[in-house]
Amino acid sequence: MSDRRTISVTINGETFERNVETRLTLADFIRHECLLTGTHVGCEHGVCGACTILLNGQTARSCLMLAVQADGQEIKTVEGIAPNDQELHPLQQAFQDNHGLQCGFCTPGMLTTLLEFLENNPDPTEREVREAISGNLCRCTGYQGIVAAALDAAKRLQAGA
Amino acid sequence: MKPPPFTYHDPRSIDDAVALLAEKDNAKLLAGGQSLMPMLNMRFVLPDDVIDINRIDDLSYIRDEGDALVFGGMTRQRDIEFSDLVAQKIPLMKEAILNVGHRQTRNRGTYGGSLSHLDPSAELPTVSMAQDAVVSVRKKGGARDIAMADFPMGYMMPSFDLDEMVTDIRVPLWPEGHGYAFVEFARRHGDFAITSSAVLLDVADGGRIAKASVTVGGVGPAPLRVTAVEEGLAGETGSAELFTDVAEKCREIDAMEDVYAPAWYRQHLAAVLTRRALAKAFSRAANGTEMTLR
Repeated sequence: MSDRRTISVTINGETFERNVETRLTLADFIRHECLLTGTHVGCEHGVCGACTILLNGQTARSCLMLAVQADGQEIKTVEGIAPNDQELHPLQQAFQDNHGLQCGFCTPGMLTTLLEFLENNPDPTEREVREAISGNLCRCTGYQGIVAAALDAAKRLQAGA
Repeated sequence: MKPPPFTYHDPRSIDDAVALLAEKDNAKLLAGGQSLMPMLNMRFVLPDDVIDINRIDDLSYIRDEGDALVFGGMTRQRDIEFSDLVAQKIPLMKEAILNVGHRQTRNRGTYGGSLSHLDPSAELPTVSMAQDAVVSVRKKGGARDIAMADFPMGYMMPSFDLDEMVTDIRVPLWPEGHGYAFVEFARRHGDFAITSSAVLLDVADGGRIAKASVTVGGVGPAPLRVTAVEEGLAGETGSAELFTDVAEKCREIDAMEDVYAPAWYRQHLAAVLTRRALAKAFSRAANGTEMTLR
């Protein structure tokens, strides 16, 4: 007999109420139950950072949380970053303009991580950016484009673009 | 689904949590989840019951008690990182915490969780050992304090019983103006260190070392106080020769060997990192002098 609970989680402003097994990870809940497949699952043991989401405004690895732990909490995923369907967030635009992604697998984790980072540190140095994304693995870009995008985004956000 | 089947509990008080611990034979406490969740996902652990203590309100705090800071067991590593109180009173912990994983893991990871997991090279246990912290644990119908010196029983094995949980950690403060340094070597930033060294120095007038605390992480099965180095420093006047000389005693530590590093390499790192940490700590002490050792 599996252990189940009904939980209610707000993701990108929309509330999802589901009856789930208590051992379901938050990452699998977001992808399989809420069908928000923008959050990627790489290593599933907290190393690659691809599944990073914002939990009440703070980054967390959704593979290292149970869905039940998010009951009653607010989550933002990569789908919730852009202001609307037509426009990209300045950080996303900077990724596009600076070749900050190639295959796109690590991108949701990079974006959520940098979103929190730039909020805390709006005018970072290159070294600080590299440290901020040290918990996110990218196998395509060599990180150069991502770092350039983050620095560019910081400028754009400061200019209010 | 990656984690094995278990029954989930989310008690709202410490009393309820320890009552569950007393009742369940094969239970695991879920604190920040940054170690237990990977272990569940890889099925290294197969608990029948998972007791999530994240919804207990009164387990997260940093209190100033004059001669010590007291941390709730569920205080997040993030809260330690951004605490002015910690930066001011336990600068060693502030320096060490920046090496703990990454922002995403520090947002969730906890002090009590790190101590209970007791990875031999984890930073918070090493700092706790250096500062002579006292860990309070509670079980149904009882509580006790465990001095950090008696806390590790073996490799990743704290000395509290299976029905006990960490409730708070009392970290005694060193005098104002003391020297401190946390130095580690890891293959990548944020990884567990292969070896680390944590040094505290109370330096009197003229550079005389009144008291020294030297701890190495990642060398033995748990963080280790290197008393031979501490004794070699006590009462002496700090100098590059002294630090270089006493740090060599780290090569006599009975070191672990694994796929990452042979024992001799850990001993070598312990000596080199301790030498650097001693110089750094002495430079930072109010009565010390600037020096750098490679």
